[in-house]
Amino acid sequence: MPGTPLTIIIMEASKVLLDGIVRRNPTFVLVLGMCPTLGTTSSAITGMSMGLATLAVLTCSNAAISAIKNFVPAMVRIPAFIVVIASFVTILQMLMQAWTPALYATLGIFIPLIVVNCILLGRAEAFASKNSVWLSVCDGLGTGAGFTIALTLIGSVRELLGTGAVFGAQIFAADYGALLFVLAPGAFIVLGLLIALFNRITNN
Amino acid sequence: MLEYLAIIFSAILVNNIVFAQFLGICPFIGVSKNLPSALGMGAAVTFVMAVATAVTWLLQHYVLMPLGLVYIQTIAFILVIAVLVQMLEIVMKKTSPGLYAALGVFLPLITTNCAVLGIAIIVAQKDFGFVYSLVYAVATALGFALALTIMAGIRSQLELADVPRPMRGVPVALITAGILAMAFMGFAGIKL
Repeated sequence: MPGTPLTIIIMEASKVLLDGIVRRNPTFVLVLGMCPTLGTTSSAITGMSMGLATLAVLTCSNAAISAIKNFVPAMVRIPAFIVVIASFVTILQMLMQAWTPALYATLGIFIPLIVVNCILLGRAEAFASKNSVWLSVCDGLGTGAGFTIALTLIGSVRELLGTGAVFGAQIFAADYGALLFVLAPGAFIVLGLLIALFNRITNN
Repeated sequence: MLEYLAIIFSAILVNNIVFAQFLGICPFIGVSKNLPSALGMGAAVTFVMAVATAVTWLLQHYVLMPLGLVYIQTIAFILVIAVLVQMLEIVMKKTSPGLYAALGVFLPLITTNCAVLGIAIIVAQKDFGFVYSLVYAVATALGFALALTIMAGIRSQLELADVPRPMRGVPVALITAGILAMAFMGFAGIKL
């Protein structure tokens, strides 16, 4: 956007960023990407790592898709988007295997499954294929941050209720924790209650 | 024989794909509002998962592994599954319109069902044999269909309940799923 005053660019960007975090939060408002949300939040640190991994892929895929939007025929755009997303996921897999093998093992199947996370294809189709590269990057960062905050929050609540700790720092004795919250049922229940809380705060 | 019975039992009940492995949650929440569509989705997923696992197994063992291309597994699998679902749709439309009318609307949704890609990757990672993989895939899909059917039954009753406003829709469905997951944990102690 040559000629656009810097302040307007910054205002637009911050609006897009904030939208992704609050008004269009992928977890609490759109309820997308439920599988990693439930599967990787048994502790705050794993939830946050999953969120950051998704943020990285989403920002890159949004930028790439926005950059190629004028060359891809409309008919094959969805397969093209999937290939772009899958390529970035593969790069992420390789980087994580090399630099953070322990984390890669913990998150396991949910890293390759970022490919079928509906948030990524959703943002590609709804935002990146219609907007500039710069705004698409902001959208990727905002939506990714919204997802990361949600996953960290869910992970913290589950870890606290289950083991009495948050990010490994003991808050009350582990003996008082209800292990149920670290196990599968706790994931569903905590997420359900947090979405209800979010509804209560925003709508009523 | 006993080995196969053990996989079937474990994949359907003990390690249920929805309640224990957290795969396929989106269709589980989205399509479990009434019984007929839950059954349709369950059948469509079973069908696609069996075919997709067979094809990706062959791809993994006869193309990717001999050529040393295992690192493009994720891209290759998702493309194969997407193409496969499209082809199934076209073939079913021509050959069995009845089946197409019943399952057709669910087919496009299945490409982004992470359970299908998830099982294909798990089977490849754990290096199962061909028959073992197929049995595992079908049993897992039946577990998904079971979860979906139970949930649809409960949710049609839930429609009549007076749920507090912020809890309506997804939150109450998730909490119901949590209670169901607790019930399924009861199977974890069984040894075969």
